[in-house]
Parts: sequence; C-alpha cells; structure tokens
Amino acid sequence: MAKNIRPRIRVPKNVAKGKVFEIKTLVSHKMETGQRKNKKTGKIIPRKIINKFVCKYNGETVFSADWHPAVSANPYMSFHTTATESGEIEMIWTDDDGATYLKKAKINVT
Amino acid sequence: MMRKVISGAIVAAAIALAGNAAAGEKDWGSYQVGDIRSGYTYATAATRGIQDEDIMNPAMLWVDQGEDLWSKVDGEAGKACANCHNVASKTMATVGARYPVFEPSIGKMMNIEQRINQCRVQRMKAKPFKWESAEMLSMTSYVRFQSRGVPMNVTIDGDAKPYFEKGKAFYNQRRGLLDMACAGCHVENAGNMIRANLLSQGQSNGFPTYRLKWQKPGSIHRRFRGCNKQVRAQPYAYGSDEYTNLELFLAWKGRGLPVETPAVRN
Repeated sequence: MAKNIRPRIRVPKNVAKGKVFEIKTLVSHKMETGQRKNKKTGKIIPRKIINKFVCKYNGETVFSADWHPAVSANPYMSFHTTATESGEIEMIWTDDDGATYLKKAKINVT
Repeated sequence: MMRKVISGAIVAAAIALAGNAAAGEKDWGSYQVGDIRSGYTYATAATRGIQDEDIMNPAMLWVDQGEDLWSKVDGEAGKACANCHNVASKTMATVGARYPVFEPSIGKMMNIEQRINQCRVQRMKAKPFKWESAEMLSMTSYVRFQSRGVPMNVTIDGDAKPYFEKGKAFYNQRRGLLDMACAGCHVENAGNMIRANLLSQGQSNGFPTYRLKWQKPGSIHRRFRGCNKQVRAQPYAYGSDEYTNLELFLAWKGRGLPVETPAVRN
C-alpha cells in the first residue's frame, strides 16, 4: 500500500458561518516503528512513519499534530475547526523520508 | 461489615445482568439471521464503530486502491477489468454473495481470488497477483465491496455438492497437536472465551477483513492458516482446494447474512 498513498478525507461542502465543524481524515501508511527486527537477518527495520500532519484553511494553519511511533498503521484522525470564510482546506502529511502527501477540499461558507 | 455490603451489591448487580440477558438479547438487525450471527455481533462497540463509518474504516483504503486497479490496463492483451466488466457496481453486484462457484474448466470450486487470477492470466495475459499481495487484497476487497448488504447465497447442490461435503468434513475434522476441529470452537463454544479472546461463530461474510491485529486486511485463507497454526496443525497453502472447499461450506453456514466487506475485527 505504501507505494500508492491516497488519503481519504471528509469535509462538509456547506457550513454556516461561525459554526464549528468536523474534518475526518484517513491515510494509508505502514507506520513502521523502527523497533521491529527482520526475523531472518536480525537487523532492525528502519523507522518510517508519518511524523507530522498539518491542516491549512485558506493558507492558515488551523490544526497540526506531531506523530510518534506508537501511532497505528493507516491512521485515522478527526478534529474540529470554525467556519470563517469560503475557500480551500489543505491537508499535508509529512513522511520520515521527507515525502509529503496532499489532499485538498473546497468549502462553502454561507 | 463494609465488605459484606459490597459483595452483596456485586451479587445484586450480577443478578440484574443475568436478568437483562434473559429478558431479551440485543437486536442485531440484519447481522443476525435466526441463530446465525455475524462476527460483527461479537465485536466490541469500538470495533463496530470503525466498521460502521466508511471514512474511519481503514479497509476502505484498499477498496479505493482496487477501484484504481479496476480500470488500469495490464498485460499483453492491453485490457483492464473495466474493458469487459464495465461498471463494477453493476456487473459485480452479487459476486461477493455467490462465490465460491463450481468452475467446469478446472472441474472444481473457484473463489474470487482464483477467478481474478484466471482472468488476468487467460484474458489479460498478465501476471497473476500473489495471494496476499496488496494488489490482490485491493481487488478482492473492491469486488466483494460491490455486494455489501447482499445476503450470502452460495450454490451447494449439483456440481458443487461433493466439494461442499468435503468442506463440511474439513470443518468437523479434528486436527493438529491440540486435536481441535473448527466446529469445536466456532459451533460448540461460540460466545465463550478462549484465553483472552472471544470466540465468534467464525462467519466468512466480512472477508477480506481488516484485522486490527494485522493492521491490514487479510483473505479468508490467511485466517484459515492462522487458525490451523493455532491448533498446531500444518496449514494448507493459500488457494488450496481444501481451503476453497471450506470457504464454500462457511459461506453456506453463514447463509442469509449480509456481505460486510470490508469488515473490521480485532
């Protein structure tokens, strides 16, 4: 799965201004902890996790999280933010190897 | 004195609990058909919650991937699944509930994984997927997902009958150093604990199932192998006739339960 990372998100299309709404996210990732050993060679499998998640609302960071090795594979996360104006919500997951996975959604504030 | 009061309270609570169970069990809706109960009804509320909401269900990531693969051209014939089977939501709508089926060309039962690989080799002229690979799990999840909610309904008479009987015999056959049969746990002791785990009826309607323990979905044959290993028996190979016949018997055993793919279990 890791070769083709395709996040799933759920953002409401229309929200009333000033209302608190929920954003749900799911991303496919092995979240290799760096503490397991290869059973045959005995060598440690290098750590490879998503270490940072950022959510931007019209360019402004509204939510961010640092993730550590105890986070499960295929991590799910939900959080709330307040509807201020129509625009774009952008989510960025940053991998240990520097790769980033992006997902955007439009939101209409009424 | 205090201790006596507390133990008295515990006894009272225990009686109250027993009373509730007798007064009427939880209504599981379509997850229960007569005495046949889906593994869903044995899962904890938290696990059921993950399955209930598609955005939370990590197995949906594999379904997504399967959707991509469905229309991806592969092999020398230059075809994708979509070239012949068009829209999966229509052409695959009951496949998950009908399989495994008897396949005359090989003269035995064939399940979804085997059908996908047959198509890939014979029609797409492509390499077969490895059984437990991400591609295979994605494709089986996607195909079976199209039948979600359709009651399980396999054919067990006619050509399939001898294979059904074999599957049934396998299910009741004691095996391994622990000398245990599938039925010993999943029929006689469903609902009881085996060490720290709650035994379910071992229904197959949710496969490929996302197991929290595996951190990914797994095929029913992976589950069979795990069970066989746990009773200290030599597991059969992925896609072996023994397991495909057993899959047929299990599908019949869970007849009427809705296909739950992709289910989530602990």
